Amino acid sequence: MKFTENPLLELRLPVWRARFLLFLLCAAFVGLMGRAVYLQGLQDEFLQAKGEARYARAYPVKGTRGRILDRNGSVLAVSTPVKSISAVPKAVEIDSRHLQSLAQLLNVSREELRKKLGDESRNFVYLKRQVSPELAAQVEALDIPGIYQRPESRRYYPGGEVMAHVLGFTNTDDMGQEGIELAFEEELSGRPGSRRIIQDRRGRIVEDVESIHATNGADLTLALDARLQSLAFSQLKSAIDRHRAKGGAIVVLDAKSGEVLALANLPTFNPNNRSRLSGAQLRNRAVTDMFEPGSTLKPVTIALALEQGKVKPSTLIHTAPGSLTIGPATIRDAHPEGTLTVEQVIQRSSNVGSAKIALSLPAMQMWEMFEDVGFGHVPNLGFPGEVAGKVRPYKTWKPIEQATMSYGHGITVSLIQLARAYTVFANDGELVPLSLSKLDDKPEGERVLSKTTAQSVRSMLEMAVRPGGTAPRAQIMGYRVAGKTGTAHKLVNGSYAPDKYVSSFVGFAPASDPRLIIAVMLDEPSDGQYYGGQVAAPVFAQVMSGSLRMLDVPFDAPLKPIELPPPSAEIQESI
Amino acid sequence: MLRLNLFLLAVLTMCALALVTSQHEARRTLAELEREQARAHQIEVEWGQLQLEQSTWAMHTRIEKLAREKIRMQQPEQNRVEVLQGGGGA
Repeated sequence: MKFTENPLLELRLPVWRARFLLFLLCAAFVGLMGRAVYLQGLQDEFLQAKGEARYARAYPVKGTRGRILDRNGSVLAVSTPVKSISAVPKAVEIDSRHLQSLAQLLNVSREELRKKLGDESRNFVYLKRQVSPELAAQVEALDIPGIYQRPESRRYYPGGEVMAHVLGFTNTDDMGQEGIELAFEEELSGRPGSRRIIQDRRGRIVEDVESIHATNGADLTLALDARLQSLAFSQLKSAIDRHRAKGGAIVVLDAKSGEVLALANLPTFNPNNRSRLSGAQLRNRAVTDMFEPGSTLKPVTIALALEQGKVKPSTLIHTAPGSLTIGPATIRDAHPEGTLTVEQVIQRSSNVGSAKIALSLPAMQMWEMFEDVGFGHVPNLGFPGEVAGKVRPYKTWKPIEQATMSYGHGITVSLIQLARAYTVFANDGELVPLSLSKLDDKPEGERVLSKTTAQSVRSMLEMAVRPGGTAPRAQIMGYRVAGKTGTAHKLVNGSYAPDKYVSSFVGFAPASDPRLIIAVMLDEPSDGQYYGGQVAAPVFAQVMSGSLRMLDVPFDAPLKPIELPPPSAEIQESI
Repeated sequence: MLRLNLFLLAVLTMCALALVTSQHEARRTLAELEREQARAHQIEVEWGQLQLEQSTWAMHTRIEKLAREKIRMQQPEQNRVEVLQGGGGA
């Protein structure tokens, strides 16, 4: 049978079947169109974002914190990368064996770890911060789901406790909290950037879409000299141990530029391990503690009297019988003298002498002088908690107060203010601003005294250090030294404690052309010795001679061993 | 006309292949750059750690302690010091 004769071809199918099929096809097509419009039109953004998330990544880039260097370039503080280990409790799957090894690695108890991981109300917990990269790799090797690591940085201080107060420290987020870390936070901290990239299936970076570069913090070069700092620290420490003092501070300044070459306080702390810290340890005494300076202030009063022409270095002052009564109060000398020249008032540290000179001066002038040398003003180093000291307005001064202020009672200063005030004498009458960072040029000083006055005070201060003065122990071989001792009763709850003292010494060398100013203060020396000349002056001598040697300062005195007067002939200053 | 078209087809194919190659090359070099940057960072970190180590070992207090305790050095007494002045009296 031929195909064309097939009877089936004669069959007529009902029309509706064809129509129905056509309708189905059209409906399917419309369905597809609708779906396409829905996906590409309405859901477009959402899907694009989802798609991009498969291959594009954006992540923040942290800038590292700048290093802190000393003036010779040795590293005092540096940040290095560490890891933080965190967990998302809901996602954590851990068996007891892994729990045990994780607890061991992180050095926490199993119970504590279990509690942290079991707290499903939180989306994120830190298990441990700032762990070393080696430890982090070990944790990584355990391969526990839900435990993550993030890069962090941690700051190390190789100098440890020696530099603790100057440098301060940062918190776990690498932000400055104390000292220079806080004072120079802006320079040191880097600015974070971000980066968007396209990754392939294996996480390799294929394309850089855009990146904002992170800026690293700048390195900071301090005025500090690490050699001088450790010398100052160790000498202060041994003096505090020897005299069983409660604390102490030392400041070494460059006499010409006002740069802070060393600044140490005790008690101190280890900035690399700050688990147990007390307020006493943290206090930067040289900057935040006010004390009554005692006789170290006499040169300021005498300088004013010289400047005003009230006295000459050779003017005679009657200090007999070693006491002076003003109103209800009496000022006493430790060793009654007869008639002293102005020079000898400084040399022997006579309270009566300086009180008499002070009373010849108007209160306003004295007040102005204190203000001029920086007392009552914050030194503006940028340290947190810097104090201004207390100089009462002159209008409220009674004569007795004016007299006692001349030898440093009834007025409070910080050690660094005291050291700075002596730049006036060391610098031919100019007060120099202080600086923590290294300077290239000598800063502009502020003239407070004439050159001749400054020089004559300088020679008086030299006399105080020679035999016959109050501080023969401040002498050093090969250099002429000038300086002044101070001993004061400590103020406890507003009144003087009879058996508690603050001993201090401020001086500079070489006296012919001063290079360094050193101020030393010991709080409550309690081994029986408390005079500045016995307690603080030897620290000064040790640090000064070592520093001058390290800085290669030429000698300005004959090189013969120092002679100390026999103990019986030592002159004790008045308190 | 046909020859021109065939020629253009050949050019197009070459261009397409060149594009693929250069894209691949770009990715490869980027990956290399990335690796090198990571290495540079790593080295920088290591440098910081070495500096830290150097500072720690070279700490003056540590050296002084070692000198005193290990090799028993001490500061000479004043009367045992003889200072020689340099040639020009400097």
